[in-house]
Amino acid sequence: MAATLAEKVWEAHVVRRAAGEPDLLYVDLHLVHEVTSPQAFDGLRLAGRPVRRPDLTIATEDHNVPTLDIERPIADPVSRTQVETLRRNCAEFGVPIHPLGDAEQGIVHVVGPQLGLTQPGMTVVCGDSHTSTHGAFGALAFGIGTSEVEHVLATQTLPLDRFRTMAVTVDGELAPGVTAKDVILAVIAEIGTGGGQGYVIEYRGSAIEALSMEARMTICNMSIEAGARAGMVAPDDTTFAYLEGRPRAPKGEDWDAAVRAWRELRTDDDATFDREVVLDAADITPYVTWGTNPAQGLPLSASVPDPASFDDQSARQAAERALEYMGLRPGTPLRDIAVDTVFLGSCTNGRIEDLRAAAEVIRGRSVADGVRMLVVPGSVRVRLAAEAEGLDVVFKEAGAEWRHAGCSMCLGMNPDQLAPGERSASTSNRNFEGRQGKGGRTHLVSPLVAAATAVVGRLASPDDLERHAGKA
Amino acid sequence: MEPVTTITGRAVALRRSNVDTDQIIPAVYLKRVTRSGFEDGLFAAWRSDPDFVLNRPESAGATVLVAGADFGTGSSREHAVWALRDHGFRVVISSRFADIFRGNAGKGGLVTARVEQPDVERLWSAVEADPSTEVTVDLASRTVRWGESTVSFDIDDYTRWRLMEGLDDVDLTLRHADSVAAYEDRRPRWMPTTV
Ligand code: SF4
Repeated sequence: MAATLAEKVWEAHVVRRAAGEPDLLYVDLHLVHEVTSPQAFDGLRLAGRPVRRPDLTIATEDHNVPTLDIERPIADPVSRTQVETLRRNCAEFGVPIHPLGDAEQGIVHVVGPQLGLTQPGMTVVCGDSHTSTHGAFGALAFGIGTSEVEHVLATQTLPLDRFRTMAVTVDGELAPGVTAKDVILAVIAEIGTGGGQGYVIEYRGSAIEALSMEARMTICNMSIEAGARAGMVAPDDTTFAYLEGRPRAPKGEDWDAAVRAWRELRTDDDATFDREVVLDAADITPYVTWGTNPAQGLPLSASVPDPASFDDQSARQAAERALEYMGLRPGTPLRDIAVDTVFLGSCTNGRIEDLRAAAEVIRGRSVADGVRMLVVPGSVRVRLAAEAEGLDVVFKEAGAEWRHAGCSMCLGMNPDQLAPGERSASTSNRNFEGRQGKGGRTHLVSPLVAAATAVVGRLASPDDLERHAGKA
Repeated sequence: MEPVTTITGRAVALRRSNVDTDQIIPAVYLKRVTRSGFEDGLFAAWRSDPDFVLNRPESAGATVLVAGADFGTGSSREHAVWALRDHGFRVVISSRFADIFRGNAGKGGLVTARVEQPDVERLWSAVEADPSTEVTVDLASRTVRWGESTVSFDIDDYTRWRLMEGLDDVDLTLRHADSVAAYEDRRPRWMPTTV
């Protein structure tokens, strides 16, 4: 029977199927971090159970870790406890870990792919909603709760109810300066934060096929912001080229066998999706959010909307609340919004390609007076690669801060936070109230917009820099 | 998990509807690294009010929480279930539960008994009139009993069976350990490992 990519991967992982029960699916890779794992390990300990497959499990420290003075003990006692607990649990249960200071440390969703652990057709889970990132490789990857983390540790399986499937097709060519981040923000604005609920989204179409792996990861990463459980892109030569030679990728004959299997992983021509959404790449321009959920976004060329313009009452009320929290007035051009902080990083946009793109914009320019720019590589490897290319120097010469790897200001669990009322342009994925610090105001942007905004001091795209230079 | 068949104990009447998981346990209490000890966060915002029902001496030791409609809405945090359990509650009675909360409760060994709203009201009145009222929740007969009253409650068959057998999700899966091992034998050799 004709099947979608998601259905094929699902079927290949069914360990047990019984009428009236969820399917029991095998988990190929389980990523673990310090925030959602402690109770899961404690649960194992209370029940006297081992980790079934430590060799399919890997831990990193990311959510809490400082991005300055990483050789010193973590100052915040809660953060320190979580990190130390993870280390103890990994030692006790035999789970490999990349702790702070290790060359493979970093945000869990950056580390998996860069090690070559995330491969097409796999099932990947992690106690973190942005596990959807790994779907960029044609893996079925989704976030799970702490009890499920315990279940996977104990059994390497998960009982799951079926997802529905959605196709998001983006055809055509993206204009220069338009990035994967703009695509996904446009998708979310189109289908809403709940529009993907219960679905696995497959992103397809010529605009998606033309994207690099980094860009595909950015898109799949934010599937969750559209409410979807997971996002996927069918693997192709771009995928294989990214994987070949990575530390955990298959080698030699195994590589050939793997690629043969991976080429089968695509949605059959006559397969149907439960829902289809189509966007024209040519319509997408740099996108920014103005509100407090990721669907409250508009092209940078637009103005802050008037809540009265929303027909739907709950959307209107949400907009009113958002504008009040964000301290914005209807009709203000988005380009007039001044920021205090620019954050370049996160599992959405903290990979080498993102840093390169931002550095290109900022090279030879400076961060505007009164603006603080934080550049936080997604992993130690990304940081080292950037340093090898001299990107750190570009950022530092422009007046930006060059930090160590971690989640950082994406969620402000470490000291990297916005002060109350402070406004940021952030390449991360959530603009919820207080996400980057209590009272902080977040505008989600692409790395290009982040860099241009840092230079201008107001929300801006690289195109604005010429004009800005003209004025200066 | 311990099997549960009947729970008998005193009850607390929480006359509020739409109690969301942020109210059950605010985010600041989620930082613990163990599976127990979450009772200090239970209804933390309300506990600062000395008149809050849980603060009254007669509520000490109660095992049954009788709450208004739409209990457990909001974030999916399992800590909400743990906080209720750690405080000593073994069953929550309400006329409507949020789905995710109800799922989490079943997994955590906390019984969620759905009864009609008029029965909730009668139970509230009975408990408030005499806080020493013993309430019995019987999974076998799916009934809630107090004084002279008996009302039936809803719980899905699967959750009820699991609670009565004392099986957690991991136990259930481990019953199929052979299927898991057979699957592992079929996995391609080239699939990656982390060691
Ligand atoms: S970078 Fe942000 S979204 Fe990604 S894993 Fe860390 S906290 Fe979560």
